[in-house]
Amino acid sequence: MNLRVRLAALLIPLAALSAFGQPGSQLRFCIRTDPKTLNPLMVIDDAGQTVRYLTGGVLLRLNRKTQQLEPALATAWKVSSNGRTITFTLRANVYFSDGTPFSAGDVAYTMERLMDPALHSPVGDSFRAGADKVRAQMLGKNKIAITFPAAIVGLDKLFDQVAILSATSPRKEMAALGPYYLSENKPGAYILLRRNPNYWKHDAAGRALPYIESIRLDIQQNREIEMLRLMRGEIQFINSLDADNYDVVKARAPEMAVDAGVGLDSEQIWFNQVASAPIAAYEKAWFTSTRFRQAISESINRADLARIVYRGHAQPAASWISPANKVWFDRHLPPYRYDPNGALALLEQEGFRLKNGRLRDRAGHVVEFSVMTNAGNRSRERMAAMIQQDLARIGVKLNVVTLDFPSLIERITRTFNYEACLLGFVNDDLDPDAQMTVWLSSAENHQWNPSQKTPATAWEAEIDRLMRLQASTLDVRKRKQAVDRVQEIVREQEPFIYLVNKEALAAVSPQVRNADPVALQPQVYWNIDTLWMGSGGGKR
Amino acid sequence: MKKTRAAAIVFLMLMGCACLLAGYLAPASYAEQFREIPNASCSRQHWLGTDDLGRDRLSRVLYGTRVSLLLAPAAALLTTLLAGVIGGAAGFLGGWLEEAVKAAIDLVLSMPWLFLLITVRALLPLNVPPLTSVTITFALLGCLGWAGAARVVDADAKALAHSEMALLARASGSGGMRLLWRHILPNLKPVLQAQFWVSIPVFILAEANLSLLGLGVAEPLPSWGSLLRELENYSALTAQPVQWIPLALLVLTVGSFQLALNREEDWA
Repeated sequence: MNLRVRLAALLIPLAALSAFGQPGSQLRFCIRTDPKTLNPLMVIDDAGQTVRYLTGGVLLRLNRKTQQLEPALATAWKVSSNGRTITFTLRANVYFSDGTPFSAGDVAYTMERLMDPALHSPVGDSFRAGADKVRAQMLGKNKIAITFPAAIVGLDKLFDQVAILSATSPRKEMAALGPYYLSENKPGAYILLRRNPNYWKHDAAGRALPYIESIRLDIQQNREIEMLRLMRGEIQFINSLDADNYDVVKARAPEMAVDAGVGLDSEQIWFNQVASAPIAAYEKAWFTSTRFRQAISESINRADLARIVYRGHAQPAASWISPANKVWFDRHLPPYRYDPNGALALLEQEGFRLKNGRLRDRAGHVVEFSVMTNAGNRSRERMAAMIQQDLARIGVKLNVVTLDFPSLIERITRTFNYEACLLGFVNDDLDPDAQMTVWLSSAENHQWNPSQKTPATAWEAEIDRLMRLQASTLDVRKRKQAVDRVQEIVREQEPFIYLVNKEALAAVSPQVRNADPVALQPQVYWNIDTLWMGSGGGKR
Repeated sequence: MKKTRAAAIVFLMLMGCACLLAGYLAPASYAEQFREIPNASCSRQHWLGTDDLGRDRLSRVLYGTRVSLLLAPAAALLTTLLAGVIGGAAGFLGGWLEEAVKAAIDLVLSMPWLFLLITVRALLPLNVPPLTSVTITFALLGCLGWAGAARVVDADAKALAHSEMALLARASGSGGMRLLWRHILPNLKPVLQAQFWVSIPVFILAEANLSLLGLGVAEPLPSWGSLLRELENYSALTAQPVQWIPLALLVLTVGSFQLALNREEDWA
């Protein structure tokens, strides 16, 4: 090797180091609590999901930006025509963080553990499709076919959540295939992750990923302290900000503020339609009237809610699926109307009369009811106060009640002693199949009238049929048609009156390069393996 | 010191007048939302600006003062009455009744009152107007706050029942009720007065604490506690200094009550 070649061999890695993987570079951010478990198959909380995302190696990865599946540990995959079997071709020459080689045997072992009834894995629950066992058949060192007892819709997407375990490593769950491995865990203080030297991925120039040497996850419950630490430069990003804090960041450090567009979460209000609920019969008649619900919906000024409560960082909702869900949102749905006069006309058709500024029903009962929401959630309390004024315009008196969360849950799930409720749904799954537990009339989370033995209304029966149809067919076009129809029915019947979809807001230090926050979780670090730390300010 | 006390009393009187005349002094309804100008700074139309929903802050401060300053003394009166009856009876009659009351006082004082209030409030009917809701909140505070005062009254009543004055009254033929009505109760008056004045700031702060948790006064009715929630966000520390006014009023009022109380204690 001559001198030039030697010098080049020395300088190229040095240049690469200075540009990306600075020795000792550390990314710091906060998680709210300690993970309840570090076993990736048992994760149920946000902190656990964060650790799993950063350390777990998966066969397929959902690209949070394009919302398309991409190969990861599997270079190719194929779902059989009956939807029961998925065959993976695995990447060769891949090693766990402790040096143990990765093979089809590890995938078989992971599936066995995942589906073990004694383990009660929440991730495994998504794969349960029948009483029979799941079979993993190794078709070679790098090929495996997994067969389920019944067809599963969106089967391949479910593997985004399955971190592959090592069947042979003495470190068991701690041997990682993801970009990082768990180095240190100080409960209540921090979790330290270090770069996995055996991570399989390389960048276009052939450099080993990830660029950042270590990640420190500080346990911090207080959001105000988290904000102060960001401003002091002690942490590099906040993954999810509320509108108030976003505006503070934007005012003080505009280069840090990131609005990734509308997110998947929704805020909605619903009326109690449970037949056995301990509320007056005339109130039940109001709440089960489609026109009454439509009128209430039309009298709510959603644009004002988005502009004032969320300081413009939300959009008026249009459906139970957010517009952020590129595949499943029905773009043909018209926007909700704000039309108090139209609302009054609807109410008059139903026998309601506005007299001396108060709305009365056919029997002369003054229309007055309460809406409850969880105490301490300022956004919901503000929305309730605004809806209170909106409804006053059509003569409806709304009493706002804030309750502690356990009491609220008790009322909506057990005693049904309430009239209306304002809450939100947090969605982290793009596939509408994940919401079967909400839309089936027999489901416990069918909040307006849960656990029905038979559907109480014809439209709920139709929703049941359509949701079962989309869950049983593998034809994506048919599924889309069924889900679109459900969106139309929900829009017409308004069992949930959708209010706004919040935007995904984050704060990211300019030190974090290549950051491209998106609406889907995990918003900021979804591309963790290509993030790198620069010094000082500059372009992200 | 006398001047400070006088200033405190004048301040309390001014606050009392402001809350009684809120309907005349407030430039707008406390509930009206001027949605085009949320979080507005001070102007000719809105002297203290508007809150995050565009409601006139001055109107809300005036009505909030009315709620906190009228209902806190009402709750204090309820607590004092309960403490007088329970503590007075226990101290005067003594024996097993006093032991039972002391045990009850220990039990009530050892309970986490905040969680108790949250639980009791969750059990109440939901569909009640805001004014009824706030009255219930203060009534609950009044009903749960008697224990500390009852212990003081019990000790005082016991001392009076065994005093030479009571012995002389008994020797003169005064029976149980007459002794209680004519001799013990009048002598308990200073203690009860002191307990009443001490309870007022305690209840103002208790309501503020509940409101900070979102469990106090229901929307749209304001109270000092609910107005203090504007300070939850740390951006408020610098953004609009007028947001500090409810906190300033709360501190000044509680402080004024303490200063005014000193004189009562001198009497006691």
